Amino acid sequence: MDAIGIEERVAKYGTRSIKKAAKLRGLKLAASMVDLTTLEGKDTPGKVASLCQKALCPHDPELGVPQVAAVCVYPAMVKHARKALGSDTVVRVASVATAFPSGQAPLKTRLAEVKAAVADGADEIDMVINRGAFLSGEFGVMQDEIRAVVEACGQATLKVILEVSELETYDNIRAASFLAMRVIREGDFIKTSTGKTSLNATLGNNQVMIEAIRDYYLDTGISIAMKPAGGIRTAKQALTFLIAIKETLGDAWLNHSRYRFGASALLNDLIRQIEKEKTGAYQAPYYFSEATESY
Amino acid sequence: MSRLPITKTPKVYVGGAFIRSESARVFPLKDAAGDFFANIPQCTRKDLRNAVEAAAKAGFGWAKRTAYNRGQIIYRLGEMIEARAGEMAAALVLGGASKVAAAREVSVTVDRLIYYAGWTDKYEQVLGNVNPVAAPYFNFTVTEPMGIVGVLAPEQSPLLALVSLFAPAITSGNAVVALASTSQPYPAILLGEMLATSDLPGGVVNVLTGFRKEMVPTFAAHRHLRALVGVANADERKALALGAADSMKRLHLLKAEEPIDWLADSVQSLYAVRDTLEFKTTWHPIGA
Repeated sequence: MDAIGIEERVAKYGTRSIKKAAKLRGLKLAASMVDLTTLEGKDTPGKVASLCQKALCPHDPELGVPQVAAVCVYPAMVKHARKALGSDTVVRVASVATAFPSGQAPLKTRLAEVKAAVADGADEIDMVINRGAFLSGEFGVMQDEIRAVVEACGQATLKVILEVSELETYDNIRAASFLAMRVIREGDFIKTSTGKTSLNATLGNNQVMIEAIRDYYLDTGISIAMKPAGGIRTAKQALTFLIAIKETLGDAWLNHSRYRFGASALLNDLIRQIEKEKTGAYQAPYYFSEATESY
Repeated sequence: MSRLPITKTPKVYVGGAFIRSESARVFPLKDAAGDFFANIPQCTRKDLRNAVEAAAKAGFGWAKRTAYNRGQIIYRLGEMIEARAGEMAAALVLGGASKVAAAREVSVTVDRLIYYAGWTDKYEQVLGNVNPVAAPYFNFTVTEPMGIVGVLAPEQSPLLALVSLFAPAITSGNAVVALASTSQPYPAILLGEMLATSDLPGGVVNVLTGFRKEMVPTFAAHRHLRALVGVANADERKALALGAADSMKRLHLLKAEEPIDWLADSVQSLYAVRDTLEFKTTWHPIGA
């Protein structure tokens, strides 16, 4: 991979000027792609239930903010999320599994975790790859494990987390993307990170992965979906990621079955900016997030 | 051998940094004789937005400081201006003030800061209260800073008026985004350099320069600004009143049509501190 070329390419995305109606459309599209996430040790059923309410109705319906794509929780919270969302909803329940975030558990345990999450009602499973196996060159081991998880998922969509910050180079990210794509199904995702390390989704990592998706699609005709996660907090960042998709993969990937944002705070800023576009007035963050200091 | 002249690029002080306008626009400033002096940043609504973000970041920590420490820092701002009084007076002369008037404006500005520095740990004693209630409750009223306050400085007294307007707001822990005089912006630019060396955390006071006509509507509409203080003409007051009603902000505006003697002691007041405070009353049960 040409690292400098990638950096130059993604720097250009920041120069695109998206205003008014196009911006509003982009903000709403980004909101519909959010995997509203809570992955904290202190998560409770009550907290998950309120997250689900937010997923179903992010803001005043008059503002026209769409429902998010999914809520993303720990396996123990899947049944609470399922209950809060109900069964006849388009908002999907996603669960991280396979000993998230490290993946350092016996394969048997990891597969059992996946099956348990699916049995509890998860529509989507976010797994982590075996980075140790990848980095020591045991690609077969890594692929076999993903294959086993695909099987354990059954009908559930799979998202394969590469944890790019631990792969260190763009070449490794591209290689890991291909290894994963070869064993997952059409419509499954590859995902940048767990959000639990210091370096998360960057435009550069995103670019390497979506170029891998493009090349794999041109090669095989199989379309793989993409999910950057971690560190995407502002509406402006989200729009830049959408520009990257539009210019690399095209309109076919600009929907929530092909592209997602893994984020917890992003939705608040998207709503804030949608309100700004509608009213013309800059908004205070504390109207959109309880976590913000109301200074 | 003669040196090439080294001229300063005036920049505005926002978020603890000296920046140009995001628009990269400038407007020429002429001295009293009509000769070109410098290009001044012509800030936009986006600069205002960025300044508010910076104020929001800095303000919470500023409000949390002890009142005593806020007093020390405001006092130090006075020290910084005093130490560069000659330079500041020259900036005022540039805008047309006489040397005597300029020197007086600078010294009164410093005195005004010292005045409010003294109030930081005292206003609460005067404005807060224990209220008499006919029930077994301890009922008391305490004050809190409102948050981010917009300041619209008048055209005249470009230093003293600006300081007189923002000093009471930061006394209680508010953060400020100020728009300097359009016709005489240079003293405010210079003030930024003194703010930067005063121990005042970056972002607590942000000073923008530019055209009122472009900026006032955004000051009116921005929902993160909790209050506006300043001087405005009739048209601006109307626009600001409408915007403030819509965004629920408090307004304390003086009329630009009426002369204001900023040098007078009557300008400085505890009530100016009160203008940007919220009052909170608490009922606390006590034993029968």
